[in-house]
Amino acid sequence: MIAHLPALQVVIPLVSAPLCALLPAGRPAWLAAMTASWLAFLIAALLLYQVLAHGPISYLMGGWPVPWGIEYRVDALNAYMLLIVAAIGAIVASFGRTVVEQRLSLPVNKHPWFYTAYLLCLTGLLGITVTGDAFNVFVFLEISALSSYALISVGRDRRALVAAYQYLVMGTVGATFILIGIGLLYVMTGTLNMGDLAARLPAVSGTRTVRAAFAFLTVGTAIKLALFPLHLWLPNAYAYAPSPVAAFLAATATKVAIYVMLRFFFTVFGVQFSFETMQLDKILLPLSLVGIVSASLVAIFQTNVKRMLAYSSVAQIGYMMLGVSLVSVAGLTASISHLFNHALIKGSLFMALGCVSYRVGAARLERMAGVGRSMPWTMGAFVIGGLSLIGVPLTAGFVSKWYLIVGALEKGWWPVAVLVLATSLLAVVYIWRVVEVAYFKPAPEGLKVREAPLALLIPTWALALANLYFGLDTSLNAGVARLAAQGLLGGAP
Amino acid sequence: MKHYTIPRVVTKLLLPLILLFALYVQFHGDYGPGGGFQAGVIFGAGFILYALIYGLDKARRLMPPQVLRVGVSLGVLIYAGVGLLGLLLGGQYLDYNVLDSHDPAHGQHLGILLVELGVGITVSSVMVTIFYAFAGRGR
Repeated sequence: MIAHLPALQVVIPLVSAPLCALLPAGRPAWLAAMTASWLAFLIAALLLYQVLAHGPISYLMGGWPVPWGIEYRVDALNAYMLLIVAAIGAIVASFGRTVVEQRLSLPVNKHPWFYTAYLLCLTGLLGITVTGDAFNVFVFLEISALSSYALISVGRDRRALVAAYQYLVMGTVGATFILIGIGLLYVMTGTLNMGDLAARLPAVSGTRTVRAAFAFLTVGTAIKLALFPLHLWLPNAYAYAPSPVAAFLAATATKVAIYVMLRFFFTVFGVQFSFETMQLDKILLPLSLVGIVSASLVAIFQTNVKRMLAYSSVAQIGYMMLGVSLVSVAGLTASISHLFNHALIKGSLFMALGCVSYRVGAARLERMAGVGRSMPWTMGAFVIGGLSLIGVPLTAGFVSKWYLIVGALEKGWWPVAVLVLATSLLAVVYIWRVVEVAYFKPAPEGLKVREAPLALLIPTWALALANLYFGLDTSLNAGVARLAAQGLLGGAP
Repeated sequence: MKHYTIPRVVTKLLLPLILLFALYVQFHGDYGPGGGFQAGVIFGAGFILYALIYGLDKARRLMPPQVLRVGVSLGVLIYAGVGLLGLLLGGQYLDYNVLDSHDPAHGQHLGILLVELGVGITVSSVMVTIFYAFAGRGR
């Protein structure tokens, strides 16, 4: 079975999704979803171990040889992304059942469909990451996108419907652009396999068609990963989605879109075409800088804490794209390790917020007064996540900021390094606003708030402690990221 | 639609033909244009026509939502299950060659037939489910 791990990585959540729909509501459906998610995590861990020990893995779907059949190809970058997605998927699925279901606007007999959509979203995200076929990327992109629209729309706030619809419109535009880009590449080369595309593209790279394909893919993935100024779908989608969904999507969906962008720019088109002929870094650099500053500033003025975290996500995506625009091993290491670190950070923050809103009823700032004393464990996890977001040493967030600054200084771009430090101070401001209200404002009279149940605290703290652990032991988050960055800059995987 | 005799009679005449044509598209898909998706849409459209002419309640008696719920999932399970079967019989995922140990070409036929059947079941169930969801609003 070990040889079939790349296929099983996608097939296990895919098979479990319809099974969930057939199971009775309540415990069985939830258990099935959780088992499948943890199995996926186990497979991802085994895959990463195999890749690090023996190099890239290639799996031929249906036994059809490359480039005719679909190839699943796992190298250091894929395996690293698979681990991020599967780990967050497993931890979010372990979030207490009653709590998850209490946050949904669905009748009880429809709850199994929620788990079906969750597993389909996981399937899609894992599929995008594991496949080595450009069209397969699009198919899985649609699977994950359609199920995430459904997941967002079941939030209890009625605005969730509008948010999901906005996301649907923007996401469909993005996916269509990606499909057009892939179609144009297919027209020019007659192949969809990424390795084969990379080999055939240089011969036709001077044509307008390939340039158009490049432009479509750039804009399409930029919408999907919410790069400033194409980020406007994101704040509402995260703010009104049910808390576990917000935690899952914030930690994985945009990261996978960044992976798609990296894969196309570095592996398929190649560094020379993307950054020397097309000069993409000159576009990404200003957009990411403006995105970091403006989204951080907007985050400071939010009263809905979930919205605040959503804007902070846009700023963090700016950091990741800044690393890409440096086009160096240090810059890419920063970006790729920030994929991992930010998943831990936003996962723990959104889950801590889920605990708060479970007890308090809403994620609004004024409702959180005094929560620091009545829910010490929850807010403790929030503070650790917040410190990591700011980039305090000994937390995971520090690792990626460090590499980013090193990368900027290597290029002699010291204003960029100063800007990264200055915008970290903006993160201090918006995290401090929450901490101030939670710890220093008296709780309103007559309101009794209890600590969140253990079923919520355990997964939340697992992520919070991971923030501390990976701040000290960086062999996984920065070590493998460096390996992946070298792989990307060294040409085909 | 009670007083519109012509649509009711024409529907009654056409319905078996529509469903039969869906099955033709389904099983001829291996050799000619067609396949599970198209067949599923035609099959689902047959039930939707019935519901439009004779009303939602009658259609729900003919094709209960509980059956659709199973159908939606069953098709995906058949598809993925055929893939896993290939894996258990010693091939790669979705390798149809191993489905028939003597004649790989026959295995390919069998594999694509089963997979397309899964697609057809899911697509027709989803079509009718979506129609029920829209037509049943406000009830």
